[in-house]
Amino acid sequence: MCQECGCGSGGGDVKIGPPPHQHDHHHGPGHPEHGHAHTPAHGILTLNLNRSLMEKNALAAERNRRLFRAKKLLVLNVVSSPGSGKTTFIRETAASLTGKLRVGVIVGDLATDNDAARLRTAGIPVVQITTGTVCHLDADMVAKAASQLNLDQLDVLVIENVGNLVCPADYDLGEDLRVVLLSTTEGEDKPLKYPPMFHSAHVAVITKCDMAAAAGFNRDWALANLNRVSHHAKIFELSAKIGDGMKGWLDFLGERAATTQHK
Amino acid sequence: MHEVSIMSEALRIAVDAAKSAGASRIVKLRLRIGKLSGVVPEALQFAFDVVAHGTMAEGATLEIETVPAAGWCATCQAEFDCVDLFNECPRCHNFSGELRRGRELEIADTEIS
Ligand SMILES: Nc1nc2c(ncn2[C@@H]2O[C@H](COP(=O)(O)OP(=O)(O)OP(=O)(O)O)[C@@H](O)[C@H]2O)c(=O)[nH]1
Ligand SMILES: [Mg+2]
Ligand SMILES: [Zn+2]
Ligand SMILES: [Zn+2]
Repeated sequence: MCQECGCGSGGGDVKIGPPPHQHDHHHGPGHPEHGHAHTPAHGILTLNLNRSLMEKNALAAERNRRLFRAKKLLVLNVVSSPGSGKTTFIRETAASLTGKLRVGVIVGDLATDNDAARLRTAGIPVVQITTGTVCHLDADMVAKAASQLNLDQLDVLVIENVGNLVCPADYDLGEDLRVVLLSTTEGEDKPLKYPPMFHSAHVAVITKCDMAAAAGFNRDWALANLNRVSHHAKIFELSAKIGDGMKGWLDFLGERAATTQHK
Repeated sequence: MHEVSIMSEALRIAVDAAKSAGASRIVKLRLRIGKLSGVVPEALQFAFDVVAHGTMAEGATLEIETVPAAGWCATCQAEFDCVDLFNECPRCHNFSGELRRGRELEIADTEIS
């Protein structure tokens, strides 16, 4: 979530009590005169709540963050449209870090376990969350999945979110870095169409750069859109498939993981 | 959008409060939804009918107050009206991606009997 925006909505105490009411009313015959306090509108009472509907997830995310910090884990939440290359990017990242950093993955998928299987065959510890009809991961799901991994044996935990640029934007998972992917084949104006997601990112990665020419990708326009919307993000351009540009990203990740371990 | 998750959370908060107050029924629920929250009010109504079914809030009225969006210009140290997330400050014409209001997803109050 953006620190500068002050966009987090506050909680509040449950205040119970009827609102002040003033009315002239007539009681039925035989009703004695009295000064009384009663609930307005025939026994209807208003309870002021003033609470954020995201509060439950925010609390769970804070619990996750405390756990991850205690385990000295660097945690990434990887988001994008369906098919932008999340699984490929995560698999290549983990493979390149073999012998340097130990990477585990939590993968969210609506229906299949194909992505989990693809990662597992690369020797990466993986936990799969099948979300069914739920279009995003939430902090509770991540907590449950994380409990199935041996976190003491990991340096980096990567969470592959459900392919969706809308709903995951609102759900903090307790991650250190929110990484949004934009592939060269999906349209340079995605950041303008999904500003909350792109704005909340700490890292924006342009993927499938090997396809840029074939897709007629307008790099300047894409970068302009990212610089405008993802103005908190560090931007990388790479191809997970052929490896171009991966080094810059891996160096950055290595530095961040080192900082996390020395905290 | 995740209207069902949001509505279930609203209902959970309202039911907890109503039960602690000894109520038997929830007759109204008022939400405050930011114009730029991405949540569709009609979808919330639909989700409400689904999640309230069989609970003490079944048949209750759902009232949604829409909160207009306001941006914050760091240069002018002033607020301005926004139509989307990224707007030009009408005074200095700098772009600002920082919202002050308009992304709310809140439950305001509930009426019980
Ligand atoms: N040419 C090229 N293809 C890529 C690259 N990265 C991924 N792909 C291909 O794009 C397709 C989708 O990639 P995935 O990694 O499954 O994408 P995803 O974002 O995990 O997809 P979902 O989980 O379904 O949302 C696959 O066919 C990949 O082989 C890349 O850098 N270059
Ligand atoms: Mg995938
Ligand atoms: Zn911001
Ligand atoms: Zn200004």
